[in-house]
Amino acid sequence: MIQLTGLTKQFDGFTAVDRVTLSVASGEILALLGPNGAGKTTTVRMLAAILRPTTGQAYVAGYSVTEHPREVRRRVGLLTEHPGLYLRMRGQEYLDFFGRLIGLDAEERTRRARDLLARFGMPDAWRQRMGTYSKGMRQKMALVRAMLHDPPVLLLDEPTSAMDPHSAKLVRDAVLGLRHHRRAIVICTHNLAEAEALADRIAIIRRGRIIALGTPAELKSRLLDPPVMELRLAQPTDGVAKLVSGLATVEDQGEDWLRYSTSDPQKINPLLLQTLASHGLGVVTLSEVPRSLEDVYLRVVEE
Amino acid sequence: MAVVAGRGRGTVAESLRMTRTLVQREIRDTLRDWRIVVPIVILTLFFPALMSFVADMALSWVAKYGEPIIGERLLPFLLMVVGFFPISFSLVIALETFVGEKERRSLEPLLATPLTDAQLYLGKTLAAMIPPLLASYLGIAVYLVGLYFFKGWTPPLILLLLVILLTTAEALVMVSGAVVVSSQTTSVRAANLLASFIIIPMALLLQGEAIIMFWANYDVLWWIVAFLLVVDVVLVRMGVRIFNREELLGREIDELNVASLWRTFCGHLRWKQWFFGLDEQRMPAWLRWLGTLGGLYRYDIPAILHRSRLALVAVAVGLLASVYVGYAFAYRYQLPPDMLELDLVSAETFAELPAVDWLPAFTIWGVFSNNVRALALAALLAVFSFGTLAVALLMAPLAIVFFFVAQAARLGYSPVLFFSAFVLPHGLLELPAASIATALAVRLGATFMSPKLGTTVSGRWLWALADLMKVFVALVLPLLALAAFIEVHITPCVVIWAFGG
Repeated sequence: MIQLTGLTKQFDGFTAVDRVTLSVASGEILALLGPNGAGKTTTVRMLAAILRPTTGQAYVAGYSVTEHPREVRRRVGLLTEHPGLYLRMRGQEYLDFFGRLIGLDAEERTRRARDLLARFGMPDAWRQRMGTYSKGMRQKMALVRAMLHDPPVLLLDEPTSAMDPHSAKLVRDAVLGLRHHRRAIVICTHNLAEAEALADRIAIIRRGRIIALGTPAELKSRLLDPPVMELRLAQPTDGVAKLVSGLATVEDQGEDWLRYSTSDPQKINPLLLQTLASHGLGVVTLSEVPRSLEDVYLRVVEE
Repeated sequence: MAVVAGRGRGTVAESLRMTRTLVQREIRDTLRDWRIVVPIVILTLFFPALMSFVADMALSWVAKYGEPIIGERLLPFLLMVVGFFPISFSLVIALETFVGEKERRSLEPLLATPLTDAQLYLGKTLAAMIPPLLASYLGIAVYLVGLYFFKGWTPPLILLLLVILLTTAEALVMVSGAVVVSSQTTSVRAANLLASFIIIPMALLLQGEAIIMFWANYDVLWWIVAFLLVVDVVLVRMGVRIFNREELLGREIDELNVASLWRTFCGHLRWKQWFFGLDEQRMPAWLRWLGTLGGLYRYDIPAILHRSRLALVAVAVGLLASVYVGYAFAYRYQLPPDMLELDLVSAETFAELPAVDWLPAFTIWGVFSNNVRALALAALLAVFSFGTLAVALLMAPLAIVFFFVAQAARLGYSPVLFFSAFVLPHGLLELPAASIATALAVRLGATFMSPKLGTTVSGRWLWALADLMKVFVALVLPLLALAAFIEVHITPCVVIWAFGG
């Protein structure tokens, strides 16, 4: 649904996006992560056919962003970094305006707009002037605008910023619902927990280049140190460290718990359990110490 | 997926529908801003009514002193003023169009719609123009109704049409210029500052129009309408060409990168070298030095002339027009026979030329420096007039020449001999040199109007400037120097030989 090949954008000699190559399939959510100024917004603007790539090519919903920008814009729903509403307009007028530009007929404009407003818990916004909206309402209205024509491709820049937890959940559920309906979605975000919860794949971008790309699990296993396992025993850990150190590296230990790292947990863990059992040591739990996407992100970006 | 495949997309109807949708939204938004609506209402209803009253008072007052003509001239003048005041708001609205939206961060969602650049530009232009223009027409109507009731005065239909056309053309000039400014700046503050380039000429124009109104020479106003319409076409075309959604979002600050501009300019000044097909290493130094210039004449100048061919055609058309103008004026303003007694031309005639104050010194340096100054001025004026004033500056002397050619013919001299003796010897070099320099100046000025897609205005302008400088130094100056020598030392001999006693 989205295919980028060597996509590059330069502004007066400054390279904002540098030979980005990636793809997003229908029903897939890709999260674009990166520090401020990394090139996320420029990439999204090129995908929305607002900016023209300096070199490289991007196809969105089957159309080239350089050769058929209007067709691309018809098929993309863009949530911009700032809601950018016309504050003197009412919700109804605003959505009607964008619906007309996209080419929806009057009945469909009204139906889609009312459905979406109801889904995001703000049916009354229809009659209100947008200048009276809260920050979260403005953000949701911008999202409604992006989803109004039910586009096959959605580009969402910080979709839940400025939202309270309830609204953020509504939006996350809506995004997951769109994945279910086979939409291709690109999310730019600084909210790593949200990216991990929503995204099928994650691309980390720095200085315009993609420096890591994969599923959250792949990125963790590829980019972090060997996983750390935590063993909780039914009795004190006296002498257990000696048993474990023959198979893995002991990282830390407490009264009834011990942490070790191993690069091959699938082989070592069963072996270790067997060893402990043969010594009559009861194991309460054995689990991997959770590692967050934040660890991956910080490591990759700081490198 | 409910994505619309595009109802009749690409058609004129679709284009109009998109533009109309944008215009409706913009106008609705404008009319909700009391800071715009209140002054427009005052200028539309209150001010014209006041003007009617003032006009009535003024007429009564001047009639007491037996000068009714002042009152008669005042009425059309005030008609123009009540028409102009509301349209001054179009400038404010237009300046804010793109850059205001950019500052409010509402531009990007709009740019992400299927609106084309032309639809965006035209939609914004029309939306900025329609409310003030309607207010202007309404203001004119209020003024006329008031005058009809106070004095029973109705304007001649042709005068009313003239004022309406003048008002409309002025509004379009201001709006199209302001929209260009708005789309090329990054803050409302910068746009307001740049608006001086619109306000000052418009203020001067209005003062001129006021004088003409009191003079009651409405023919001149029709010429002004025609001129404004040409400017409208130029500005709208320029706006459509240079408007580019990429530029709107790509630029965040109005930073003048002098070093980068200088590098670009220097890059354009370079040329491919040509060493006469010989081995450069085995050439003597002086020949190598000449060879360094060789490529300029072999490759660069022909290429520059080729890419300036449209401008050369424009100059050629201008020259032909100046021949016509010269002849036309010669038959309208005939010189008395004693002013052109060619039989009396002698060496002393040329020796006395330096005594004529308004002529340059009749020396090689005097003629040469005068021509260089004139062409440099033409290039400067071209920048501020899209190239038109450069052509006008070349046309003026040529029109004068042909004015005298025609006068000579009328007085019984051979026009061919007159032209061949007085102009041709040095004109063979001077005229092509001046035409080429003017054509490059035209290109320099016209760059603003029609930058090629995918290039920046500044990039194209620097390229045109570098081309102008190369041709000026390498071709025009040598030709002018040679022409000056001929004009001072050879042309007088030819004239005396042909006509003198």
